[in-house]
Amino acid sequence: MALPKVCGIETEYGVISRGFDSSPIVASSVLVNAYAGAFKQSIQWDFGDETPDRDARGFALEDAFPPEVETHMANSVLTNGARYYVDHAHPEVSTPECRTATEVVLYDRAGEEIIKESMKRANALLPDRHEIITYKNNSDGKGNSYGCHENYLVSRETPFGQLATFVTTHFVTRQIYCGAGKVGSEFSMEKPDAVSYQITQRADFFEEEIGLETTIRRPIINTRDEPHCDPEKYRRLHVIVGDANMSEYATYLKVGTTSIVLAMIEDGAFPGHLIIDNPVNTIRAVSRDIEMSKTIRLTNGTLKTPLEVQFLILEAAENYYEQNGLDCVSSDDFPREGENILALWRETLLNLSKGGVGSYDTIDWLAKMRLINAYKEKNDLSPNDARLKALDLQYHDMRVGKNLSERMNLRRLITQGDAETARTEPPHSTRAFFRGMCLQRWPEFVVSANWDCLIFDVGEGPLRRIPMMEPLKGTRSLTEDLFSSCSTPMELILALGLEHSELTSFKVSDAF
Amino acid sequence: MTEKIRKSVSIPEETQVEITEDLVVGKNTHAENLKADLDDLLDEIDSILETNAEEFVNSYVQKGGE
Repeated sequence: MALPKVCGIETEYGVISRGFDSSPIVASSVLVNAYAGAFKQSIQWDFGDETPDRDARGFALEDAFPPEVETHMANSVLTNGARYYVDHAHPEVSTPECRTATEVVLYDRAGEEIIKESMKRANALLPDRHEIITYKNNSDGKGNSYGCHENYLVSRETPFGQLATFVTTHFVTRQIYCGAGKVGSEFSMEKPDAVSYQITQRADFFEEEIGLETTIRRPIINTRDEPHCDPEKYRRLHVIVGDANMSEYATYLKVGTTSIVLAMIEDGAFPGHLIIDNPVNTIRAVSRDIEMSKTIRLTNGTLKTPLEVQFLILEAAENYYEQNGLDCVSSDDFPREGENILALWRETLLNLSKGGVGSYDTIDWLAKMRLINAYKEKNDLSPNDARLKALDLQYHDMRVGKNLSERMNLRRLITQGDAETARTEPPHSTRAFFRGMCLQRWPEFVVSANWDCLIFDVGEGPLRRIPMMEPLKGTRSLTEDLFSSCSTPMELILALGLEHSELTSFKVSDAF
Repeated sequence: MTEKIRKSVSIPEETQVEITEDLVVGKNTHAENLKADLDDLLDEIDSILETNAEEFVNSYVQKGGE
């Protein structure tokens, strides 16, 4: 039975400093620290159990070029359960763990508000005409890329090879509604102007089918095995292949459809013949085919367009729903999430089969393309005009008033008020609730945090560690009584039976 | 019709929506409205765009991303 699809997104933002010379690491740190300055204390992230080197295929990476391990740069844990930090010279926001796609969109929007607020606070501290600016996109147009990574909870029982093969089919073809669009090419074997416009930002950067790297020789399937929860039961699928989206509906579709596809794979319901031949070449070919008319080859020799493949996946999803329901992607707060994802998926594919009309306000690459084509025509520009690249970049500009996607009347899923609230309030249905509430109530007592534990200094005796190995525990329904009956961290520790939590054997309450 | 679909995926209220091909009908009016909006944007866009596009684009360099 498919596991509940706990999920989240980590977004690396592009960053520049204008009017002064500063390394991106410094500029990113200024942003993160300016935001954290509003809190009583900066909470240190506990890197203790992070194992980015461990490979899901069963070995630890040794003689290959080692992936870079995150260093102790500016980072903070926020009261909404999110993490905000400097990663590889970019400011990065990771949403808290969410139970549904809608909540991921909500917290991704909250992440945008966090970034905008950071810019506002940082720029207020900088001298005149000095500014730090950020971009929610995935490339600088010069061959450098940064990611928008998705994370999904899947069962450890599902054979990884099967998971990788089938979800690759979805990653290669979902580009037709998930892509954020890009002027030009960054594929190393091509001149930049070989392609005037393509569907995604990221396709150019993928060179392998599967692997552990994230910064060079990028693989479509990333094998990082760092579940941040019980490793016997769970796997966290770390997805690096997607574009960051400005359209809320595009983010919703991206996360919603992928959650359903993963559930189908867990339950052996993914169509077995839908396997792409040469995914690395195909992911690029699909990105370059803005007419969406060229066929791609499956391993059984048949040829289908990406849209046809998506319709087949959708049909299988609709059958899967008829037989199993979609509780795995829905929740008490969002009981119809599964049906809504399926309906939007079908509407979108139907619109794409008619050239995209009807989805100009939900699909980023279409909205951006219309803008670029209209501007090019109006001003009679050549396809290589720098202004078209500027439009591409400003579509993702996080400066209020400079962001072009905001002028495209994209369909909204989240109200501004909800996004603002989610900046500080955690989701209800995952362990992020417990983390966020502890940080709200007792920030000065939380010494450090990780996805799967909190460490308290209760003011007497040794530090106390609260393990949080179950993503679906520590929810509001499981812990609200705990929070209303405890007014100090020590009371919380005692109520959880963790008085002697520095020892290996302890009684942990049902909340965890 | 767009409104109906929008309601079905907005939070917190969710209503049942049956998506059929008929919902794609009426797209011509929808397309016309979108074109009008785009024309409006094009009129004011030069005041939003960075003044020196070439310099703006050339100076945007990012390193070290995942």
